[in-house]
Amino acid sequence: MTDFFTRSAEYLPLLLSGLWLTVAVTVLSLVLATALGLLWALLRTSGVPWLSGPTRVFVELVRGIPILVVLFYIYFVMPELGVDLTAFQAGVIGLALTYSCYIGETFRAGIEAVDKGQLEAAKSIGMKRPMMMRRIVLPQAFKIVMPPYANNSVMLLKDSSQVSVISVAELTMQGKMLASSTFDNMTVFTLVALLYLCLTIPLNLGMGRIEKMLRRSR
Amino acid sequence: MISFNNVHKAYGDHEVLKGINAEVGKGQVVCLIGPSGSGKSTLLRCVNGLEEYQKGDILIDNDRVDAEAKSIHSLRTRVSMVFQRFNLFPHMTALENVMEGPVHVLKENKASARKHAEELLTRVGLSEKMDFYPSALSGGQQQRVAIARALAMKPEAILFDEPTSALDPEMVGEVLQVMRSLAEEHMTMIVVTHEIQFAREVADSVLFLDGGKIVEQGQAREVLTNPQHERTQDFLRRVTHPV
Repeated sequence: MTDFFTRSAEYLPLLLSGLWLTVAVTVLSLVLATALGLLWALLRTSGVPWLSGPTRVFVELVRGIPILVVLFYIYFVMPELGVDLTAFQAGVIGLALTYSCYIGETFRAGIEAVDKGQLEAAKSIGMKRPMMMRRIVLPQAFKIVMPPYANNSVMLLKDSSQVSVISVAELTMQGKMLASSTFDNMTVFTLVALLYLCLTIPLNLGMGRIEKMLRRSR
Repeated sequence: MISFNNVHKAYGDHEVLKGINAEVGKGQVVCLIGPSGSGKSTLLRCVNGLEEYQKGDILIDNDRVDAEAKSIHSLRTRVSMVFQRFNLFPHMTALENVMEGPVHVLKENKASARKHAEELLTRVGLSEKMDFYPSALSGGQQQRVAIARALAMKPEAILFDEPTSALDPEMVGEVLQVMRSLAEEHMTMIVVTHEIQFAREVADSVLFLDGGKIVEQGQAREVLTNPQHERTQDFLRRVTHPV
């Protein structure tokens, strides 16, 4: 057991540098994916066919492609089209694009779940659509989508390990390299798993707290 | 003030309004009564552009109501609506619900809008409940907040869509009381209702709708105590003596 700890102390600095990258990739992709997801949801519920139609096609296409393929596409194919991206940038964009579609669908369901009477009440006091969305629909929709959104966030955090395939040296990648150079699979992957839990458990608890706060405010 | 000229509406092949002609004068209270499915709620909702109609005109002081036109937003600020299911904004307190339109749509100064909202809530008997969220209010209280919200727009007329139908019986009175006081101040009101007693005492005129047509219309007392048309007689017999 003491062995485990001495070796852990030896491995941790490398793994922590990977952990830091995992956090960076996750936070950036989540922010981007949330903003884009909101945009997709608003376009799809706009009631304007030339906005909702193409958005729907785009979302269905991206959702139907494995995340690994999306990452390969952005990292290896885009340069051929003249867009050079670092592995980190490609990883963030790939994760954000993929998750914006999941999150967008969640948001859309939330927007559609808001009682129609709310829309009528907003219209009846003279609100135009943008104000109605901002002041009446979205605040209620956010409350509805908080649990699935929290779930999406945790999934995104875990799926950030996928960007290791395009050589972003995040936690999983660092673990793999460390394990193959030390052959100490047991210690390394135990540490990697524990470090992920150090992220996912607080994230879950934090989301749960926000949910509770939202519920109390009504 | 509000006139209906040969208003037609259909959902696909199903005609729900078959040529409605009526006139609501300034300061008048008009009750729409009739069996469910007769088109009375639909007619009311057309006035506010919540439903479209295909033929004819609904005019508010000579401005035509067109749900698709840009003018609909400003028309809606002139004619408020009170719904059967209240439709208060659940994420806002009673006071915020009442202030929402004046502050964000009419761009009124926040302090004066708050003062006006407080006066209105006091007027409907809810001075103690201003900071409560709708979920903490009874149905009758919610509907009174909704009436205050409608009044806050300083409307020229208010449309009531079965305002007491979703209420427990003991709460109907408090809402009708508020509506009665509005009528006494000569607020122009169109009320879709099943409260015959209220219509008899408060309304200036009554329109009886059946099958998308006005079957009978006239002075409230006249139509309700001495209906001419067989359909009206039958309907009134049913609602006043249900068993």
